[in-house]
Amino acid sequence: MSIPASRSSTAVRMVTGLFHQPYVWAIVALILLLIVNLTKNPGYLGVSVNPATGNLSGNVIDILRASAPIMMIAVGMTLVIATRGIDLSVGSVMAVAGAVSMEFMNNTGTGSFGTAIVAVLLALGISAVLGTLNGILVSIVGLQPFITTLVMMLAGRGLAKVITSGQNTSATNESFRWIANGTFLGFPVVFVIAVLIVAVLAALVRRTALGLMIESIGINPKAARMAGIRPVGILVSVYIVSAVLAGVAGIFSTASVMTVEVAKTGMTAEMDAILAVVIGGTSLAGGKFSLTGSIIGALLIATLDKTIVYMSIPSSATPAFKAIVIVIICLLQSPRVRSMFNRRRTRVIIAEKETVQA
Amino acid sequence: MTELDRPAAAPSLLSRMKPNLETLPTLAAVAIFVAMLIYGEIAYGRIVAFSTISNLLINNAYLIILAVGLTFVILTGGIDLSVGAVIAISSLVGVMLANAGWNPLVVMVLMILVGSVFGVASGVLIQYFNVQPFIATLAMMFLARGLASILSTTPQRLEDDSLIRTLSTQWKVYDGPKIDDLVTTPNVLIAAAVVIVAFFLLHRTRFGRTVYAIGGSEQSALLMGLPVVRTKLAIYIISGTLAGLAAVVYTSKLGIAQNITGVGWELDAIAAVIIGGTLLTGGAGFVLGSVIGALVLGLMNVLITRDGGIPPEATTIITGGILLAFVLLQRFVVSRKRKT
Repeated sequence: MSIPASRSSTAVRMVTGLFHQPYVWAIVALILLLIVNLTKNPGYLGVSVNPATGNLSGNVIDILRASAPIMMIAVGMTLVIATRGIDLSVGSVMAVAGAVSMEFMNNTGTGSFGTAIVAVLLALGISAVLGTLNGILVSIVGLQPFITTLVMMLAGRGLAKVITSGQNTSATNESFRWIANGTFLGFPVVFVIAVLIVAVLAALVRRTALGLMIESIGINPKAARMAGIRPVGILVSVYIVSAVLAGVAGIFSTASVMTVEVAKTGMTAEMDAILAVVIGGTSLAGGKFSLTGSIIGALLIATLDKTIVYMSIPSSATPAFKAIVIVIICLLQSPRVRSMFNRRRTRVIIAEKETVQA
Repeated sequence: MTELDRPAAAPSLLSRMKPNLETLPTLAAVAIFVAMLIYGEIAYGRIVAFSTISNLLINNAYLIILAVGLTFVILTGGIDLSVGAVIAISSLVGVMLANAGWNPLVVMVLMILVGSVFGVASGVLIQYFNVQPFIATLAMMFLARGLASILSTTPQRLEDDSLIRTLSTQWKVYDGPKIDDLVTTPNVLIAAAVVIVAFFLLHRTRFGRTVYAIGGSEQSALLMGLPVVRTKLAIYIISGTLAGLAAVVYTSKLGIAQNITGVGWELDAIAAVIIGGTLLTGGAGFVLGSVIGALVLGLMNVLITRDGGIPPEATTIITGGILLAFVLLQRFVVSRKRKT
């Protein structure tokens, strides 16, 4: 009697263990979305290799390309959220970064490689400045993160408009354009850059104590301070990282069309980032975070975007779908719903204890 | 003589007006408003005039209504980021239904109810599922904006003879010299009524005291046996409903609804409330302060337009800067209060 019971309980535990991986639902949703696409077009997942250039092409590659900017802001947002913060300004920082680089290249007009480098550095520099402002206001002045970054979100959009004097500025520079449209070993350059940045950041956060410190600030700021962790430096750097990554995302999304649309670039990007983070299993209450989860979340959002276009639903409606997803996830994370699940789990644990005694 | 009489006549009002740390931000807002009026009059002229003041009220009636709604929310320590998007969907629904031949009165009620529905959704998410207010209302903001985009992505024009537009007919109250008339519209009266009702609710009823108590300390309010759940639900419904009403007011004035109407208005409304002296962390503030805050923002727009030297794109930067300055002032006040 006891043996089958224990066996079944380990099976249950394995299944529940799998489902307690924070991002397993994201993977399930990703697969479901791809299946939806496959039903419309059985050849959806096909990837073809261009024999002349060796470039890969296909819907999957498109999704990878589209996921790169989302990945950037999602990773930055993960770190900010882990400290119990939020960064609503990422979309506007994207617009500012795009505006600065486009305006610079438009004014110099040389189209050389050096110009592209300077444009990128300028964009990243101004993003870092905005991030520093956020960080100082949150950590030293002690303002609530959401109001600080909300101000930055709206003021940043204004700043982008001031930089381009309200125009949608375009520029021509093949080196800059290569960032978004070029390929490296057949893969889109944006995706390769994004993966490299994430890898470096993940190593920095997970191979050192930095990640632990970030988590401890998010779990209990007071205890973290008592344990000798200085929150100011970590908070400021987290907001800088988030803004610089948003700058990278801004470069990615403007480079593909070589135009910055000041009212559109990065619009609702903060929602994408928050969505990717919560899909990846990082709680909005701060603390433990999962970079892998956020990357899967970013892939899921890119797939969702593509699917909505593929299903010929107007793309301006996507925020509604994303809002519904985020509401569902918030509900699943809420104590009320969780306690319903927990009741079921404690029953399993009690059953386990009984078998041990037997 | 009169100065001696006054304290006996209205002691509560006077004690509230007396400059102390709590009223400092509101007094600062009043001072800024007066300073802006004087500066504008000296620099550009015709600012302290019936026509300018009338237009200030007419153009900002919707903002006053929004700010009143947000005052309730911010007083409890919450936030509502969905108001701008709610205006977009509410006005789109209203214009499309009105053009489809629905009764304008029914349409107006429906527009207000659209706001209420979003308010209920935010309130339930926040109160029953412990979602942080800004996440719940951010989700509602995107939901409303997305639904509005599904309805239409092109501007919808309200027919000029529609009954809804009569809300913005101009009534001449006082016939000044030349075009300097004191005019008002039903919209302004609606906003005034909202302010009066809100003032009464917040400062004269048990509900209002509960709102302040929740903002001071939700835990204490709960332990005191105050109806915290009901009140918090109610304030988000109030905020949503007033956003719906603001949509009616705005649509009647402009006659056009679009899915991108109201982008960034949540910042304007929050800024109006904060400038008016309501603590962002909740528990202290005044409805009338929010009205002053809304008028400060409105006057700022007038001055920027008159000046001509400042690009209109910079308006959001200036609004953000003012908001930030007042939040910093609040932190200073709160930290000083803790020390004394």
